[in-house]
Amino acid sequence: MRELEQSFIQFDEVSFWYNHDEPWALKELSLTIKKNEFVAVIGHNGSGKSTIAKLMNGLLFPQKGEIFVDGLRLSEETVWDIRKKVGMVFQNPDNQFVGTTVEDDVAFGLENHGIPRKEMIERIEQSLKAVGMLDYRKHEPHRLSGGQKQRVAIAGVLAVAPDLIILDEATAMLDPKGRTEIMKTVQRIRKEKKVSILMITHDLHEVTFADRVIVMNRGQKLIEGTPKEVFQQHETLWEIGLDIPFVAKIAAELKQRGIPLNKQPLNNKELLEELWRLHSNM
Amino acid sequence: MNNLIIGQYVPGESMVHQLDPRTKITVIFFYVIVIFFANSFFSYFILAAFAFISAMLTRIPAGYIIRGLKPVWLLIVFTFLLHLFVTKEGDVLFRIFSFYVYSGALIQGFAISLRFFLLILMTSLLTLTTTPIAITDAIEDMLGPLKKVRFPVHELALMMSISLRFIPTLMQETEKISKAQASRGVDFRTGPIKDRIKAIVPLLVPLFVSAFKRAEELAMAMEARGYKGGEGRTKFRELQLSSRDYALFISFVFVLLLFWWARA
Amino acid sequence: MEITFEHVSHIYQPNTPFAFHALKDLSFHIPSGSYTAIIGHTGSGKSTLIQHLNGLLIPTEGRVKVGDFQLEPGKKNKHMKDLRKHVGVVFQYPEHQLFEETVKKDLMFGPLNFGTAETTIEKRIPEILEAVQLPEEVLDRSPFDLSGGQMRRVAIAGILMMDPNVLVLDEPTAGLDPGGRREMMDMFYNLHKEKEMTTILVTHSMEDAMKYADYVLIMNEGRLYMEGQPEEVLIQKKKLEAVGLDVPEMVEFLSMFEEKFGTKIPFHGQNIKELASDMLRVMKWGKCDE
Repeated sequence: MRELEQSFIQFDEVSFWYNHDEPWALKELSLTIKKNEFVAVIGHNGSGKSTIAKLMNGLLFPQKGEIFVDGLRLSEETVWDIRKKVGMVFQNPDNQFVGTTVEDDVAFGLENHGIPRKEMIERIEQSLKAVGMLDYRKHEPHRLSGGQKQRVAIAGVLAVAPDLIILDEATAMLDPKGRTEIMKTVQRIRKEKKVSILMITHDLHEVTFADRVIVMNRGQKLIEGTPKEVFQQHETLWEIGLDIPFVAKIAAELKQRGIPLNKQPLNNKELLEELWRLHSNM
Repeated sequence: MNNLIIGQYVPGESMVHQLDPRTKITVIFFYVIVIFFANSFFSYFILAAFAFISAMLTRIPAGYIIRGLKPVWLLIVFTFLLHLFVTKEGDVLFRIFSFYVYSGALIQGFAISLRFFLLILMTSLLTLTTTPIAITDAIEDMLGPLKKVRFPVHELALMMSISLRFIPTLMQETEKISKAQASRGVDFRTGPIKDRIKAIVPLLVPLFVSAFKRAEELAMAMEARGYKGGEGRTKFRELQLSSRDYALFISFVFVLLLFWWARA
Repeated sequence: MEITFEHVSHIYQPNTPFAFHALKDLSFHIPSGSYTAIIGHTGSGKSTLIQHLNGLLIPTEGRVKVGDFQLEPGKKNKHMKDLRKHVGVVFQYPEHQLFEETVKKDLMFGPLNFGTAETTIEKRIPEILEAVQLPEEVLDRSPFDLSGGQMRRVAIAGILMMDPNVLVLDEPTAGLDPGGRREMMDMFYNLHKEKEMTTILVTHSMEDAMKYADYVLIMNEGRLYMEGQPEEVLIQKKKLEAVGLDVPEMVEFLSMFEEKFGTKIPFHGQNIKELASDMLRVMKWGKCDE
């Protein structure tokens, strides 16, 4: 129990299946998420990554193992308290938009938690400001782009002031512009608020900003580490159907040709700087 | 059918737009009842004047309203003709073929058609100036007392507002699927009726499948956001009566009194 | 089949307050058997454009020619069904169009609508299943029992069953994971090569455009913004960035490399291995060519 005091989320050998006759969706998975930490979970479709998200706020319950959220053991009794602490943004921008206008949608979570109206108005304004959607407060959902709808969904979660925000493939259905919007929004929130982020994705560009990356395969943890550590194992990632960023591919090629790169570069700039240093010493 | 205005909302900032939806519903409710008690020229005149002034106050162009009620005109004319030929009161005015037209019939025809027209005009003024969601809020609020007898008022209102939210989404979806199936050779427009009815299946099945999927995901998202029924819930949308509403109530009562006095 | 757009404009709901000018004076030519990528932001007119290819939309101005078919404003085309048989369109998330009880019935649905004989259709099935990499066992199953990826393959097979000459792909890999994306893009490329199908790919991915297409059209606000071979168009960083589009990662990297090292490595469609060799040469001898 001592560990619980530091970690916000703790999975203890959690197993889950959707159907008896199907293989485990998750198999004896243990993991932790600390307060204010940004963790990314990657894996191909069906690797069990979305199941993790749904277990974290009690949309699903494990058949084996235990889950603790902020020291509370997940159960039917604690689930409503847990949902206040863990907010979730889903994949399909349309199918999570409940309100008839932007501000109504942000209000939905607050109404559910019985927040008095006066406070609600303040919180709606603040959270719409945080995602840059305040000017759209009266807009109807069908007049918004996918990226804008997802930002509203993030605002709706932020308004309830959770300790952890889960983005469950929240960028999968967006165009590049929408993706950039969401990534910028997440980084801004990280700067301004004390909140943990769990980003579930199969886009490896999105994990470069994470503190820690967990790679899932067939319901189990395959690799865990910083983005740099994970990118080093590019061959394994490729084998399980994931793609690695361009810069990691180039770095791997150069290393193979005898260039003594020390660090795993996270972006082009880092790689070019190291190459320049090596070049000057040549 | 696109130009039928019944049920359509026209955004605006007029006095009528800004009235509390409960006020509008209440006034129209009583107006609709009272109109059946009109029995003199002057009593009709008062009610008609009230309706026309209301319509003017919406600041929606009269042409738009009149054009929008076009399909209803037919019904009104039909009602008029029906009364003209069926009613046999008063003196015979003239004769068309074997039909005698009585003076009473003329009056009766005018009165009933006017009644019908005013009814439709007033109710469309409600939908023209009030968003569907505001009407839903008003209904939820006005049905509030029924909660005591366990009538699921909150659930009903939520259902209505979610339906309103998803209508545009499902319309877009319908268009997308019908285009995809048209690309696979489905012809929705020509051919015998039997074939055209059959052509609906490839449209309806995917639409239902997707609607169910949406419902499932929406339910999950709502649950994740802490929804557990109406109990202990606060409300963001608030209805508040303003001086405007009281002013309307007072003038409406005045109109009613005048109307009662004007009745024969 | 070759495709020509001549000064095509399209206005949605013309003469109403909601009128929207989606395509503006669009002219281009796509030769038969080519692979063309159409790139542009959401709302740039791409989706309006592709709906003109099989007559779902008729231009409000100008003329569209697809093979012998012509689409012009105000003219009813009696051969619309013929046109649709020749131009297969795979829409975004095509799995949403599945509806039959079994995969087999869904595969047969398109060609039956176009009046192809049942025996001919049945003969096509094994070949098409192989092309989309689905096992024959799926034929008798309900499409709704399959996984998302399999459903998409069934839907694509349903279009291929029509044996089209032109294949239009509207972001066919949206929502797939990287592995699935690779497989599917390679699959379309093979079909294009083997069947000499004129292929038109609508995409956001500069990488895919670079890798597969032999011609690109860049759309912006309803107009044709740029066109040409990918190696010519997709390296114009400034011009693309002006309309909010990125260049392929390779091009981006090369431009950063030039800034740092002061030496230009020309882009010639090289792959990563070749790039690494180019870089080594520059670092050793200060220039790219041997």
